[in-house]
Amino acid sequence: MIGTGILKGMAVTARNFVGSYFDKERLITVQYPEERNPLPENYRNFPFLVYDGDDSQAGLRCVACKICEKECPPQCIYIVKSDDKKPDYMGKPQFYPKVFDIDISVCMSCQICVEVCPFEAIKMDKDFELSTRERFDALLMRKDDLAKSNDYYRRISPTDAAEVDRKLTAAAEAAAKKKAAAAPAATKPATPTPPASNEPAPTRASS
Amino acid sequence: MSAVIETLEAMERPPVSMGSRLEGELLEVSMGPQHPSTHGVFRMNVALEGEIVRKLKPVFGYLHRNHEKIGESVSYLGSMPYTDRLDYFCSMTNNWAYALSVEKLAGIEVPERAEYLRIILAELTRLQNHVSLLGFLLNDMGAWGTPLMYAFREREKILDLFESLSGSRMMCDYMRFGGCRVDASPEWLARAKKIVDIFPRFVDELEQLIVGNEVVIARTQNVGKLSRDLAISTGITGPMLRACGVNYDVRKVDCYGFYPRFKFRIPLGEHGDTYDRLMMRILEMRESVGILKQAFEQIPTGPIINPKVKIRAFRPPVGEAYGRIEAPKGELGFYLISDGGPNPYRYRVRPPSFINLTILEDMCLGHTVADVMVILGSIDIVMGEVDR
Repeated sequence: MIGTGILKGMAVTARNFVGSYFDKERLITVQYPEERNPLPENYRNFPFLVYDGDDSQAGLRCVACKICEKECPPQCIYIVKSDDKKPDYMGKPQFYPKVFDIDISVCMSCQICVEVCPFEAIKMDKDFELSTRERFDALLMRKDDLAKSNDYYRRISPTDAAEVDRKLTAAAEAAAKKKAAAAPAATKPATPTPPASNEPAPTRASS
Repeated sequence: MSAVIETLEAMERPPVSMGSRLEGELLEVSMGPQHPSTHGVFRMNVALEGEIVRKLKPVFGYLHRNHEKIGESVSYLGSMPYTDRLDYFCSMTNNWAYALSVEKLAGIEVPERAEYLRIILAELTRLQNHVSLLGFLLNDMGAWGTPLMYAFREREKILDLFESLSGSRMMCDYMRFGGCRVDASPEWLARAKKIVDIFPRFVDELEQLIVGNEVVIARTQNVGKLSRDLAISTGITGPMLRACGVNYDVRKVDCYGFYPRFKFRIPLGEHGDTYDRLMMRILEMRESVGILKQAFEQIPTGPIINPKVKIRAFRPPVGEAYGRIEAPKGELGFYLISDGGPNPYRYRVRPPSFINLTILEDMCLGHTVADVMVILGSIDIVMGEVDR
């Protein structure tokens, strides 16, 4: 009979319509700005720079090694290395980025910078409401805009942050132990030990 | 069109009688690139006789963005996020095809758990690609909105899974050479299993909408017939080829990944018309659900990435490799030539939707303009992949 297929289709529509009042599975929309679905923990959007302590500039973990700048597929990172060294979060004198810009209109949030960073200095953010009224300067994130505290990182991705914290404390302890072991050894003139500043950070990828 | 142009040339032509109405004269129409049914920026130059298509010339390149040249200038790893943007509906299978060809090139082993994760994600991708294709196809036929929204509701569930695993709904960038980037937690697998378990219910519902519906049958049966020989000789792959009755599936033919360990059948069509192509997607979804159920049972624990593969300074040996997989749209292959450097010497994509699109004219000739939209929809193209 002509028309049965259409009636069958209408029955499906009616079932979905009525069902949306009773079944949560059938009503999945949320009223966005007021209501929000929680973001999954792995969610990623645009990188930021992690700093330890209170000072957002002095506490930056970034040592301006420029690996992320080199590896970034769309080349959206621009770094200028400092001329002098400053003590980093572990008290070791390190270079720091004089300029660290990310053009977020170019960035595609692929998180390759996070994967290649040997110092756990750059991480993925979860902020997605980034629209601005200005096309140029507002979309070029400077070092001050990018710096976010480790507490913030712990808040947005607790599992990853705990893992990173554990790695860094282990590295700091290992470095302290090595220093303690190297201190008496340095007094012996016979065995030449490399100066501590040349030692690579223990978290550096072995490549 | 009926306006009479009083030029010397027009007056010299013999008058067109009302009965023959432009008989033998073709009217050229440019459809697209901003036509809502062309699935992106795609243009067709159609020569019409009345409403019947007599000639059709696809015009593309509006979304060309130098994908292959970029692939030759960035590192091997740097191309991975770009492959997401080829066929942006199926970034997981794109990742897999690229990872597979680099693994072939460099001779990298993949851990067992990673292979299972890849199969799970590829089959989930197939589900969500076919589901959204059916929604779009019904949309093109005039069932505006409603079926598409039902399809997108189901697709969104799978995209939520992708988001919670890889961090992004569509631009997953999930696979790495020698494995995957993030491990799937037991909770994630349980959630995915639950979604897959209730998925056939939605397929039944969609089938009720389609099968036996007079409008769908009238619009699709005997429309856009593709003969078996023409499909083989033009290199068509994927559900379009199988709708013509050719038993060719790269999963069975090439046995990449762990597909030989799975039991599944290849659905085949008979007539090669649009209706067969449509039903092919439904049947393939049912088979994919079967593969997924087996994968959830068999997935072992263990590492997900080969620890020998370096992230930075990855240089495969000199040589060439072609890795191909059965993407939801057809055979997706990446051909790479390495000169030993950090980036490929040649990087070539064999996109299924581009090659499937080349047959469009042969399928559309003799049909009406309205059928062109349905035929185009049943090819399943994504312009990101066609233009690259």
